[in-house]
Amino acid sequence: MSIEHRDDTGARFGMWLFLYTEVILFSGLFILYAVALMKYPEQYSQASHKLNIYFGSINTVVLLTSSLTVALAISAIQMKRIKQCLTLCWVTVALAIVFLINKYFEWSAEISHGIYPGSETLAEMGAGVTSFFNLYYFTAGLHGLHVFIGATLIAVVAIMTAKGKVTSERYTLLENSALYWHLVDLVWIFVFPLYYLIL
Amino acid sequence: MSEHNHETHEPVPYRTFILIWVALIILTGVTIAVSRVDLKELNIWVALGVASFKSSLVLFFFMHLRQESRLFRVGLLILLVILAIFLGLTFVDVLYR
Repeated sequence: MSIEHRDDTGARFGMWLFLYTEVILFSGLFILYAVALMKYPEQYSQASHKLNIYFGSINTVVLLTSSLTVALAISAIQMKRIKQCLTLCWVTVALAIVFLINKYFEWSAEISHGIYPGSETLAEMGAGVTSFFNLYYFTAGLHGLHVFIGATLIAVVAIMTAKGKVTSERYTLLENSALYWHLVDLVWIFVFPLYYLIL
Repeated sequence: MSEHNHETHEPVPYRTFILIWVALIILTGVTIAVSRVDLKELNIWVALGVASFKSSLVLFFFMHLRQESRLFRVGLLILLVILAIFLGLTFVDVLYR
């Protein structure tokens, strides 16, 4: 066997460093939200009521469950249960697709009601409502992009696992993709109450 | 033979992860329930509090932060301090304009 250099902890810490910067990226949007919420409290509550709380809640459950399945996939690969690991990875990808399909229906409904950035309906509802929906589309859009990237990563790793390139001896790729996926979940944990649940 | 720096963690039992998931789902229910009661200013703080608690469950269990070396937690702490400065300075500006 050849001598190889590898540092799994270092690889994971590299991923964590990247995730710290991702949190800062999303924080900018949350800080904008906080400032606007203070400026237009009534309009934010009024705008929040226009969002569909059922879509929001279902998608929360979908994402939390997908975080569970990808966490279980790591335990499975550590216990050399490759088949179970693969099933869990594909369930995670399927849940990501469910999330995006929900998002599609949700956004279609909102856009058909004239709620989209730059629409006249929004302009008539005032600056506060407009700022709420601009931030909503930007934050949820950026989050949706992360869902898409995360699901792609997990699918690639699942294929590599099936081909024996990711093994129970060497699974940092799976761990790092899972970390990315949990970040997507973390962001949604804050998006959901802030956008959907303002009374 | 290859000798590598391979400190693998003990596999976390399925049971632990499933219990954390149950807790996360219950907390989501709590968030939704509390948000329908008018607590004035307090609503947003309760929502943020529950969300922070849910995040720490995800971080420490799902993301294995509990098993990682201290470096990872120090990094997280530095991140939170940076965010607090970011938020604090923004509000000092916005509130006292």
